[in-house]
Amino acid sequence: MDVINEMRLEFLSKSQNEAFARVTVAAFAAQLDPTLEEIADIKTAVSEAVTNAIIHGYENSPGIVTITARLYAGKIEIEVLDNGKGIEDIEKARQPLYTSKPELERSGMGFTVMETFMDEMEVVSAPGQGTRVKLIKYLGSFNEELRRE
Amino acid sequence: MQVRCSKDRHTLVVDIDGELDHHTADFLRDKVDSVLEDPNIKNIVFDLKKLKFMDSSGIGVLIGRYKVVSQRGGVVAVTGVTPQINKIFEVSGLYKIIKKYNSLDTALRDIRGCSS
Repeated sequence: MDVINEMRLEFLSKSQNEAFARVTVAAFAAQLDPTLEEIADIKTAVSEAVTNAIIHGYENSPGIVTITARLYAGKIEIEVLDNGKGIEDIEKARQPLYTSKPELERSGMGFTVMETFMDEMEVVSAPGQGTRVKLIKYLGSFNEELRRE
Repeated sequence: MQVRCSKDRHTLVVDIDGELDHHTADFLRDKVDSVLEDPNIKNIVFDLKKLKFMDSSGIGVLIGRYKVVSQRGGVVAVTGVTPQINKIFEVSGLYKIIKKYNSLDTALRDIRGCSS
């Protein structure tokens, strides 16, 4: 499948940038003419991934979060990358309600929300190696067709 | 984010305007907790009709406040829930502990009925 457009966004791991990141990715995704619900889904998933990078990847210390987004016909692919501490047990981290930081009143629902709001999610991580979260969403009328393939 | 707190007998009404994420969660938490220092407050209703965005950071704040008021024998309710936020509440199982109302009036009437 041919890439229609691609963008890369790099920013400091500051919580102020959570809103900046989700709004920017949503504005980029608008080129595919998504529905309001699809835009809301994308914003939510990006917000979760970026928050994870800031809180868990960098543990609130300075680092760079990189987002790459690619547009295809009826599909958006988003990668959120940090070079932080990485995840020891990805399966455990993906469990609903599991959080390594209950003292911060984290709900442990980040990955579950990403999985629910997007069509595909892939997490690549290792201790000391950072984390890469890849999120895919099929949009509009292409949706059912592509999922069947 | 703008947070307005008002009291209706033993119930705190929290009106949230803006976007609730990890960045704004602390502000909301501090604001609500300062009012919760009043031991007469038993219940909280979060009015979300002006909330334009929420991610799972909001779930953490709501469950945290639920833990406080449930120790006082009170309840937490939400109203003005948009479809995006409803989806997050459903997937996180929030409705097992927090009730949703269609309007603030209905929520307050129901809570008054329960606690009087």
